[in-house]
Amino acid sequence: MLRIGVFVCWCGSNIAGTVDVEAVSEALKSEPGVVFSTNYQYMCSQAGQNMIIDAVKEHKLDGIVVCSCSPRMHEATFRKTAAAAGLNPYMVEIANIREQCSWVHKDMATGTEKAIILGKAAVAKVALNAPLTPGESNVTKRALVIGGGIAGIQTALDIAEAGFPVDIVETKPTIGGKMAQLDKTFPTLDCAACILTPKMVDVAQNDKIRIFSYSEVQDVSGFVGNFEVKIKKKARYVNEDICTGCGACVEKCPMKKNPNEFNLGMDNRPAIYIPFAQAVPKVATIDPNACNMLKNGKCGLCEKICTAGAIDYKQKDEIIEEKYGAIVAATGFNPISMDKFDEFAYNQSKDVITSLEFERLTNAAGPTAGKLLRPSDLEHPHTIVFVQCVGSRCENCAEKGKEYCSKICCMYTAKHAMLTRDKYPDTEVYVFYIDVRTPGKSFDEFYRRAVEEYGVKYVKGMVGKVSPEGKKLKVTASDMLNNKQLHIDADLVVLAAAIEPDKSARSIATMLTASMDTNDFFTEAHPKLRPVESPTAGVFLSGACQGPKDIPETVSQASAAAAKVIGLLSKDKLTGNPCVASSDEIMCNGCSSCANVCPYGAITYETKEFRMPDRSTKMRRVAKVNPAVCQGCGACTVACPSGAMDLRGFTTSQIIAEVDAICR
Amino acid sequence: MQKITRETLIEKASGLISNGTVTSVLGWKRGEFDYDITPAIFETVEEITKDFVWNDFCGANFSKYLISKTSKSEGKILVFLKPCDTYSFNQLLTEHRFDREKVYAVGIPCEGMADITKIKATVNDGIVKIDADGENLLVTTLYDDDAKVIKTSDVLAERCVNCKSKKHVAFDELLGETGEVIDSDRFDEVAKIEAMTPDERFAFWQNELSKCIRCNACRDVCPACTCEKCVFDNPQSPVENKAPTNEFEEKMFHIIRAFHVAGRCTDCGECSRVCPQNIPLHLLNRKFIKDINELYGDYQAGAEEGSRAPLVDYTLDDIEPSDAVNRRDTDA
Amino acid sequence: MSMNEYKPLIVAFCCNWCSYAGADLAGNNRLNYPADVKIIRVPCSCRVNPMFILRAFQRGADGVILCGCHPGDCHYTSGNYYTRRRMSLLFSMLDYLGIERERTRVEWVSAAEGAKFAATMNDFVETVAKLGENKRLEDLRCKK
Repeated sequence: MLRIGVFVCWCGSNIAGTVDVEAVSEALKSEPGVVFSTNYQYMCSQAGQNMIIDAVKEHKLDGIVVCSCSPRMHEATFRKTAAAAGLNPYMVEIANIREQCSWVHKDMATGTEKAIILGKAAVAKVALNAPLTPGESNVTKRALVIGGGIAGIQTALDIAEAGFPVDIVETKPTIGGKMAQLDKTFPTLDCAACILTPKMVDVAQNDKIRIFSYSEVQDVSGFVGNFEVKIKKKARYVNEDICTGCGACVEKCPMKKNPNEFNLGMDNRPAIYIPFAQAVPKVATIDPNACNMLKNGKCGLCEKICTAGAIDYKQKDEIIEEKYGAIVAATGFNPISMDKFDEFAYNQSKDVITSLEFERLTNAAGPTAGKLLRPSDLEHPHTIVFVQCVGSRCENCAEKGKEYCSKICCMYTAKHAMLTRDKYPDTEVYVFYIDVRTPGKSFDEFYRRAVEEYGVKYVKGMVGKVSPEGKKLKVTASDMLNNKQLHIDADLVVLAAAIEPDKSARSIATMLTASMDTNDFFTEAHPKLRPVESPTAGVFLSGACQGPKDIPETVSQASAAAAKVIGLLSKDKLTGNPCVASSDEIMCNGCSSCANVCPYGAITYETKEFRMPDRSTKMRRVAKVNPAVCQGCGACTVACPSGAMDLRGFTTSQIIAEVDAICR
Repeated sequence: MQKITRETLIEKASGLISNGTVTSVLGWKRGEFDYDITPAIFETVEEITKDFVWNDFCGANFSKYLISKTSKSEGKILVFLKPCDTYSFNQLLTEHRFDREKVYAVGIPCEGMADITKIKATVNDGIVKIDADGENLLVTTLYDDDAKVIKTSDVLAERCVNCKSKKHVAFDELLGETGEVIDSDRFDEVAKIEAMTPDERFAFWQNELSKCIRCNACRDVCPACTCEKCVFDNPQSPVENKAPTNEFEEKMFHIIRAFHVAGRCTDCGECSRVCPQNIPLHLLNRKFIKDINELYGDYQAGAEEGSRAPLVDYTLDDIEPSDAVNRRDTDA
Repeated sequence: MSMNEYKPLIVAFCCNWCSYAGADLAGNNRLNYPADVKIIRVPCSCRVNPMFILRAFQRGADGVILCGCHPGDCHYTSGNYYTRRRMSLLFSMLDYLGIERERTRVEWVSAAEGAKFAATMNDFVETVAKLGENKRLEDLRCKK
């Protein structure tokens, strides 16, 4: 049995005013295991702590109960005191007789009675405490960034800047992401390419950064500091190391009519292509679904034309295995599909486009070389209607839209409207909105300029219907402020489509055991205080995969995630919280209930051989908790029917001992 | 009377033993009495021919036996599964409790099993023989000259009267035909208790549970209660039971037992079948099943291998506990 | 014994991150509630095994209340969602066995809701006090 010492704090008169501290220390003397009990004015003071240290030595104490303020206040203090006295710091229990007793009860008799009971419960608990040692694990000093948009680029650059190697995995043939497709950026109107492409070059030139483009994460195992990742590098049929990106093959390729993904299918690209001029890595990729040589062995023109000899029709997918200490999800977003929004006639008319398509139409490197021409007849549109909140803030329309606000649409629509009026003052521009939301630095000023200086016609109300009639688009809308119906003959309708997480995020989250919300955005470890961390230790969140964001916010979050990664990678060893779950394999059924409720994916299974009482052996599946990943919530302990799973520091026996002591 | 015959099963079992597909057979054999059929392992054709039994008393659900059998033996084992047994079989697979590769499962149809307690209530003591004869059972006792004729349908076990499914949800091979899931009235009894006043409910369960002698038969037979070591048997657990006990210990035991199998219980009814005190234990499990169906959507444990049990799952807008408890009042 | 003299025994399980902190805040703000309430700290409401609740009743507790972070605010992201399901089923079962449903409660109390904590406890103690002693679930051998 433990030799327990009880230390009752007066906290000046904070406790002693309502609790008879002498009576408490006296009453607890007779509790089983208690060999020493005293009280003192301020236990947390140096003198009070010395008192504990002396008592531990003098009375050979191996368990300590401090009846004082909340453990949230001074548990750490008294654990250090215990350690200074040569005890394991986890052999301390606190009875909260201030916040939860003396401060809430007025009567000395009841306060004292309750304090004694709380003290008894703490004694009963500490009697079952076991010394705990935090586990240690190594840290692989390399980070993985999943996604090569502006979020992933910024995170990778910051981590590399701090001296740690980083790998970027990007599914597309080039990094750059959505930002590379944009024309200008709000609210400053600098061109996206001008600010993004230098960063892309920085990435390419940084010897700490490796880019796995045209690649995807296939498997993730391990835990914080020690992830093992399999990356599938898809065959691009071009040797990346040799290709100079000269583009001769692209020009000569005869299979020219394939929808150009970079321009959202508004023009065509050859079977062998480089997505855009500033692509990184600037190497060609062969689309196996379009290439004649790969489909039926006829052609081979690009191989003949390539002076570097980079074309390799026999290239195979390659699996790369690498270890990482930290993983950053930067999987980004996409506009939602407009297929279900029949009222806007997106699928009926080429002149109903999304805002991202509008970006390409106004981009100098886009399908119209930057001239605003409508897709159907390449004529200049004179009346343009912008529709905001298409699929955003969409209550009761879960089957086609999203309930949340996509956040960026108000600002980019103002930008589109303003730029249109600036370049083509003869164009009439309408914007239909529910609300205009401009909470950001210089955002509202920007929007007001669009209205006041550029004469964009903002109408509060929703567009009810768009019907193509001849060369016009008949737009029927409501003007809610003037309470009337509007009929506009438009040449071009631009839909501010809601944005949603990239489809790949779901499978990435599953691999990372990172949680997601119902909209498939990654969940942060705490919505306010840990916004760039996933609940899964070692997994961090960057950019729009966590929620809709504009570029400044994305970059801030990307750098914040990088700071967290750098903090993690700077450590040589990770020290865990010792109050974690552990499974008694003798009792474990291997049923997976615990793993099913674990929010951190801390539980795995192994099949082990057990010797039975009759000396036979049997194979059984048993749970194993990874203490470096477990955060100690205890969900598994209740899911476990056999009681094999227990939580250190809050064991079933300890809690029941407290219950018994209180109910005694 | 069962549609499939003992001979068919013997032929199947012998064949699979002879051609080496399996090395043992999990089947039924006679116990002390005709109605006291017990699970048995057969390893040779001779044993099978001699002792294998199949009649209206073969209620035992074999799924649970597969855990210990497959963890030790090297060869494959043949198991006969009635439709309701296949649900337990699937549930155990979901929980990784045995190696599917080591089992050859033969689904067999079931016409419902007879309840000996119901038979005993209608005949004299000293039953020496029970024969099936078409739709009837012929019961011979020590004290009667002629066998008493009882309609089998009158003495079906409660779980068979309220059979939830004639469909086999897992098997390697089917003998005879598989049926359909049945929209049974199995929750009527639970609803009846729910409709009582709290005092009546307390009296009902006080009366039932105080009969418990803590023999643990319900736990031992339960195909969901498969823990390597039960918390109530574990000296390290603070709730290790101390027999004999008063009625609270019984409530504690039965509530926790039902809770531990909540979402995993397939409602096979074995607990009530084996209870020597005839406590309607299935009404505890069915209460959980009914609540789960009502609160979280219909869920049949074992219907689908690998399905996620409702208690290891959640949705963001689940009902609050207070609303869950008070929901019947607000309905009324 | 009159109603006023009868003191119910209440066990309150509080999660460390929200409700226990809420109880501390009630203390900081000197918000009174009866001393009948004894708090047991658990890391998360999902650590509370139905066995703990039954054990408390067995040993003579008159009411058991479980407090955790509001749904969506769990420190461990999902713990209280499991709690919610488990306790819905457990409480419904206790009700089915004829146990007074007012003796059990789940309440979500955030670290900022000191006032809610005190109000909840006042209300719960009053409710349980009206019911009187827990006779249906206690084990007489456990009484002194």
